[in-house]
Amino acid sequence: MANEGPDDRKKGLGRREVLECMVWAGTGVLWTITGGVPHSVGLIGEAAAAEPAKGFTFLQMSDSHIGFDKAANPDALGTLREAVAKVKSMPTKPTFIIHTGDITHLSKPAEFDNADKVFGETGLQTHWVPGEHDIIDEERGKAYLERYGKGSKGAGWYSFDDHGVHFIGLVNVVDLKGGGLGNLGAEQLAWLEADLKDKSASTPIVVFSHIPLYVLYKDWGWGTEDGQRALDLLKRFGSVTVLNGHIHQLAQKVEGNMTFHTALSTAFPQPAPGSAPSPGPMVVPADQLRTKLGLSTVTVMQGNKPLAIIDKTLA
Amino acid sequence: MQTLMNQFRLAIARFTPGRAVVAAMLLGLVAGALLAFGAVAAQEENVVTIDNFTFTAPELTVAVGTTVKWVNHDDIPHNVVNKDKLFRSKALDTDDSYSFTFASAGTYDYFCGLHPHMQGKIIVK
Repeated sequence: MANEGPDDRKKGLGRREVLECMVWAGTGVLWTITGGVPHSVGLIGEAAAAEPAKGFTFLQMSDSHIGFDKAANPDALGTLREAVAKVKSMPTKPTFIIHTGDITHLSKPAEFDNADKVFGETGLQTHWVPGEHDIIDEERGKAYLERYGKGSKGAGWYSFDDHGVHFIGLVNVVDLKGGGLGNLGAEQLAWLEADLKDKSASTPIVVFSHIPLYVLYKDWGWGTEDGQRALDLLKRFGSVTVLNGHIHQLAQKVEGNMTFHTALSTAFPQPAPGSAPSPGPMVVPADQLRTKLGLSTVTVMQGNKPLAIIDKTLA
Repeated sequence: MQTLMNQFRLAIARFTPGRAVVAAMLLGLVAGALLAFGAVAAQEENVVTIDNFTFTAPELTVAVGTTVKWVNHDDIPHNVVNKDKLFRSKALDTDDSYSFTFASAGTYDYFCGLHPHMQGKIIVK
């Protein structure tokens, strides 16, 4: 997968990958980074057996919507707890969690308190970026930044390095323009350019934000207005993995050295693009809900191997 | 409407009604009441509802001094943000509402600050 050209995007996912995604849809994505390029490697159990503890694993969790209690899931905190229980029982302890936003539903202090409590139970460090639901307090994002903004710039963007991988958390939910999509803004793009300047092209990059960086479905605002400018800055790197949330369903694509992945929510599913009158919460039969919620596990292998993502449902 | 009602009251005061006139006037009262009801309904039309990530009506024309009320019926929060920053609601959870009184004529474009593909327009004449 590392050397796939632009034409490969037409191929989409192979049957095996699709099946794997289906199986894991709902709990999360298991990402394995091997040599910097992400790919799906199968069930978490299989992955662990096939790739014994040489690399490191992290989790992507998203769209917890703590406080959501409507028909699509009357107990979003409960399903988050189920997801966290799965994290705690993983045979290979992940190194950390990346949360791709919408931690809370309404940015209320009690919702953030519950987030601290429940994610704290994992014993893992969590790297956050805000979703639009996390900055709707009266002071428009102050509550989020007070809790999670330490060491970040602007509305909460930052980068860090772990196991030779450069991780970048971007914020694309602030200062949105009427008729527009997600927004990074000039200041953040300038910061990104400077952040990448001294990085060698062989450095594996994982970039994460709430709203998908590329335009996945414009009619529902599923994309980032100036996301392409960020992707252009990342083009020279041999391995770029883009992790997003917001759409509460799995979507993957590969373009050259870039792999895009959106994670499942732990709160409620949303409809496939254009399949419903609006992107609002999708009500499914109660016994099917957990097949549509989940998290992702990403495993990064040392050496010249691709990164692997596995999505796991709560079912 | 108010003027019509006043005229009607004047008419009552002016004549000493016979039986037929009383009947006619009662009919008139009913008609007046219906018209008054129509006026209330017209006021209700200054409400913009939010359903399925859509402002309805997307374009609303009102008179200067009118208060427009937005009500969110979705189970996802939305807000109402004027493009020129004249007004901005807090996040409206399900069934929350926000009102703004338009003091001067003009066209006011607005959108949802959380889902900016949602747009609407208030025309004040």
